[in-house]
Amino acid sequence: MAIMRVNPTRMELTRLKKRLRVARRGHKLLKDKRDELMKKFLEMVRENKELREKVEDMLIRVHTDFLIARAVMSSEILEGALMFPKQRVELEVSTANIMSVDVPVLDFKTSGTDDGEIYPYGFAATSGELDGAVGTLAKVLPFMLRLAQVEKSAQLLAEEIEKTRRRVNALEYVLIPQLTDTIKYITMKLDENERGNLTRLMKVKDMMLEQAHKAMNR
Amino acid sequence: MYKVGIIGDKDSILGFKAVGLQVFPAGSAPEAEKLLERLAEENYAVIYITEQIAKDIAPAVENYNNRRFPAIIPIPGNQGSLGLGMQNVKKAVERAVGADILFRDE
Repeated sequence: MAIMRVNPTRMELTRLKKRLRVARRGHKLLKDKRDELMKKFLEMVRENKELREKVEDMLIRVHTDFLIARAVMSSEILEGALMFPKQRVELEVSTANIMSVDVPVLDFKTSGTDDGEIYPYGFAATSGELDGAVGTLAKVLPFMLRLAQVEKSAQLLAEEIEKTRRRVNALEYVLIPQLTDTIKYITMKLDENERGNLTRLMKVKDMMLEQAHKAMNR
Repeated sequence: MYKVGIIGDKDSILGFKAVGLQVFPAGSAPEAEKLLERLAEENYAVIYITEQIAKDIAPAVENYNNRRFPAIIPIPGNQGSLGLGMQNVKKAVERAVGADILFRDE
């Protein structure tokens, strides 16, 4: 039982009672926020996991294709083939608000030729594996960007959940018990004072009566 | 307009050039760290880093975890996956929930 160092007065009591009300309300709100954040976070992190598995799988395939391409082509030709990309990726970034956490929303545009042709080289001097690798890479790119968005959001949400949970616990296990205990302490102290006062009055009355009797009998 | 960058060893990331990402080859960890710092200051919204490099500069990467931008995403390099990316997902779950509830059945 920990009580605050306060004067046991009626004014202090009302002040503390008000604080307790605010604390209880804040606690309830924060708890709701935490629960909702958790719900959103779990949704997001599940998607994150699936996306990551998919992207990693595809990227490993790309890398093996590349390895073979590098083996059958000289590195000068390979580098030359990839030197001038046909498309450029541009991102439009906005933010969405999930329970007062700003999470990024990535909107990407690929600029360049729009006939779906992404190979920046002629096919004569390059091997087929390179085509495969670049083709898969182009397919995996949207998923990679989606992964970036989801993973970052999950990280930010995790951080916010941690903070909110700390606050909820601090209110629940420290501030609110402390306030209730102090309020109880002040009430008891005031009651005790009241009783002391009452007995004192009764005693005084008895003494006054005794004096009055003595005066009558004389 | 934001850009997308990728840092890693040259062989792993060359192909990303073809699809329009900005490619930044880095041979060593200090070099990668410097690159990362530079890209974070320019307007790169997403920076992919190969896991082989990311594991060496983990503290630098974590610096950016709580910021909105850039998002730093580890991806497997050409030496296969180290599981680093998954580990990060797992870490986020542990941080938020307090226990690992996504991966426990694996």
